Amino acid sequence: MSEAAVLPGQPAETMEQPASAVAPERRIHPALATLRSLFRHRLFVTGLILFGIIAILAVLAPWITSANPNRLAMRFKFLPPGGDWVFGTDSFGRSMWARTVYGAQLSMLIGASVVLINAVLGTLIGATAGYFRRTDNALMRVNDALMAFPAILLAIAVTAVLGPSTMNVIIALAIVYVPRTARIVRASVIVQREMDYVQAAVASGVGQLRILWRHVLPNAMAPMIVQLSFLFAYAVLSEATLSFLGVGAVPPTPTWGGMMAEGRDFMRDAPWIIAIPGVALMITVLGLNMLGDGLRDVLDPRMGMHQ
Amino acid sequence: MIGFILRRVAGALPVLAIVSLITFSLMRLIPGDPAAAIAGLSATPQMIAQIRADLGLDEPFLTQMVSWYGNLFQGSLGRSILLGKGVVEVTFERLPVTLGLSAYALVLTLLIGLASGIIAAIRHNTVVDQIAMAFAMIGISVPSFFLGLVMIILFAVHLGWLPSGGYVTFQSDPWGWFRSMTMPAISLALLQAGLLARITRSTMLEVLRQDYIRTARAKGLPDWQIVFRHALANAMIPITTVVGIIVSLLISGSVVTEALFSIPGIGQLLTQAVLSRDYPMVQGGLLLVTVFLVIVNILVEVAYALLDPRVRYE
Repeated sequence: MSEAAVLPGQPAETMEQPASAVAPERRIHPALATLRSLFRHRLFVTGLILFGIIAILAVLAPWITSANPNRLAMRFKFLPPGGDWVFGTDSFGRSMWARTVYGAQLSMLIGASVVLINAVLGTLIGATAGYFRRTDNALMRVNDALMAFPAILLAIAVTAVLGPSTMNVIIALAIVYVPRTARIVRASVIVQREMDYVQAAVASGVGQLRILWRHVLPNAMAPMIVQLSFLFAYAVLSEATLSFLGVGAVPPTPTWGGMMAEGRDFMRDAPWIIAIPGVALMITVLGLNMLGDGLRDVLDPRMGMHQ
Repeated sequence: MIGFILRRVAGALPVLAIVSLITFSLMRLIPGDPAAAIAGLSATPQMIAQIRADLGLDEPFLTQMVSWYGNLFQGSLGRSILLGKGVVEVTFERLPVTLGLSAYALVLTLLIGLASGIIAAIRHNTVVDQIAMAFAMIGISVPSFFLGLVMIILFAVHLGWLPSGGYVTFQSDPWGWFRSMTMPAISLALLQAGLLARITRSTMLEVLRQDYIRTARAKGLPDWQIVFRHALANAMIPITTVVGIIVSLLISGSVVTEALFSIPGIGQLLTQAVLSRDYPMVQGGLLLVTVFLVIVNILVEVAYALLDPRVRYE
């Protein structure tokens, strides 16, 4: 992410001024100031820690689990948490710890991919519609139509058509969420393109694409960055929902939603099969939502919850 | 006002046209042979050919499209392969179940969401505010099916207070309906209640900062009158627009809630249709539910315009 991206309401130009032009001494870099206020924001830091724990587990998965998440050991089935099996075992005697950690990996992979696709396509579509107004009508009609579908139903229908797989879940969630991101980018691009600095840039003969890319977009980024952290949360939740319904990644791939669906038959005697992935999912989503609230308070104060 | 409504309906038409085009194209995007996919692995070539002919998949794309739209305008969306009945018929059979559940959840959403949002705004920056917002944060973060499962384990499996699932119609047994719908409605309402509490709080805070509120305070009006007669009346206007989003989220959420509590509503119908590759049902059901949501959104906009006359003249 470019450092200009974290500076709403300030033309990107200021970033390029030579050091001598930046006036008084002891003035800290604006991007640094933003970071500093983020790390002073309690909610943001709490969210970052919660999300960070899950993200680190996901990255370290191969090194912190000794067992293959799909290895069956029927004589060890339904072992409660504690002892040799930290999180116990499931109905096939598979390690719940290994499955939860690899489930985290899948959730992170899907969340990150959906966020990345949204950042690229959402910006592309939103910026085009917002800046080149002649394209707006056509793009936004399709956008509105996609947003009219209930989110989960559309995702289910798309995975039904493409077939259940991790890749197709990512595609389905991208189709569901890109229109929503595009709308947000479009709205802030429309605000920015009416600003005086855009007129100034047009007057000094800067090309349209360059104005959009170098000047308008960096200033219009804040709402999208905030949206992306919530989007990560939606994507993780939606993936779990799809897997829970049995239309997500194919078993025996460890997914939190899939694990919880398998645990339904044993909830009286082995409630940990549901509780452990459920709590992991909750921590992830809670962390991301707190992160999003913190980002919004700092980057996009007009929308803030915590005035 | 009538002009406003007509303009809204006209504005929704292109959206509906594209929605129907997307749903039509969706089934044609199935990689490979859709008929073979529907028939399954054990199908004979004759069976596949039969399905292909039944669904008109052997015709050129444009012919398929013309006949699909032709049927659509006559109120037919084909037959469900799984249930052997008309898609429209089945959908309208199941829709009341989902609407009943959603209505119950909507009532809970509004009660919890509005109340905690208003209280948090009035007691801004106090412990009450922080507790309310912490609950709202948990509300938007707990997956509804996880809460549902926890409630089933607690209240159905261990305490035996409520049934763990199943469905009785309201007409035949209102109390039984109430008992079997309570856990689903709570788990379904949670997310929306959290969202609404957050939106209500920030909207109320915005309104409470306005000059006319200070004037009301200055002329000595009691607090409750300021909050309910002056602040809430104006805060409700932007909050109305959220109701459309909430209904969409409720319908979306009912998919997993119905699967979890074995409620025979539209969500369960479509999930089963997806799992059994009943593509006409998926396609038709998706279209009908989306049309329903578009209509709800028009109604919300009309309500908005009734509450705030300025909107009508934009």
